[in-house]
Amino acid sequence: MTDEEHRAIAQAMNEGSPQAKALGFETLEIGHAVAILKVPYRPEIVGDPETGVIAGGVVTTLLDHTCGQAVHAAQSEWGFIATLDLRIDYMRPAEPGRDIKARAHCYKLTRSIAFVRAVAYEDDPDDPIAAAQAAFMLDSSAGRKPGANFKPPRESNSGDVV
Amino acid sequence: MSDALLGSAQERLNAVLASIPYARFIGVRAELAGDEMTAVLPFSDLIVGNPILPAIHGGVLGAFMEMTALAQLSIVEPLKRQPRTIDVSIEYLRSGRPLVTYARAEIKKVGRRIANVHVEAWQEQRANPIAALRGHFLLSSAEE
Repeated sequence: MTDEEHRAIAQAMNEGSPQAKALGFETLEIGHAVAILKVPYRPEIVGDPETGVIAGGVVTTLLDHTCGQAVHAAQSEWGFIATLDLRIDYMRPAEPGRDIKARAHCYKLTRSIAFVRAVAYEDDPDDPIAAAQAAFMLDSSAGRKPGANFKPPRESNSGDVV
Repeated sequence: MSDALLGSAQERLNAVLASIPYARFIGVRAELAGDEMTAVLPFSDLIVGNPILPAIHGGVLGAFMEMTALAQLSIVEPLKRQPRTIDVSIEYLRSGRPLVTYARAEIKKVGRRIANVHVEAWQEQRANPIAALRGHFLLSSAEE
């Protein structure tokens, strides 16, 4: 895929995902298995009101989302992906009142798994707020169609709905 | 807020969640039965990550479980300020469907400075968790 196609996927992920849109995620750079995203500072997403620092959970979401875009940017074709695990080390608190960026690199792709590393920072990736390591399952839809999650679970005996 | 943190468990819990703007942003609340706390994340369109399936954003599930751990620590330990997250390791087991999500935390160890906490999140069946989190948290004790 071209960088332009990777950019289109990234844009669709930022605007089509309600949570990413609510947090105002913006892709600053994309391509060559690397993605850089930004979340703008807002009082509504603060985690500790005493310090005014953005919630760790927002950093988690930003890192997960950025890792996902790096995986798409590493693949030659678009396919469903799903996070398998995500480990985050918090090195220091974010600076209050400042936007946070994340840079993710998908450094290895196998047929079914993608491995990604990422950091969150304000100005300098070498002075990180947090560092993450994640694994993603590739082609994760397993034939499931859009809307699959709206179906009732197998366990429920709520009638003949398939 | 600090005074409320030193009050009853339910007061501390309510104070902690009410004081976190991001908890209000995604709509987290918590129910206390004795010393057992269940955190509740009602489904809303806002928390969707993949609109095609649709599925709850993995980051939101991680954030929800991290907040569950912090809230659980606040009801067992009288703390002057929020514990700080050192690290979290999140396992995704199933996609989060458009349903209410619940989580419970188990404090595996509380030392003088560090707490180790495990959290599981589920939807319809407690026995089928959709995600799990293990984390270390830095405590600042009440007397500091």
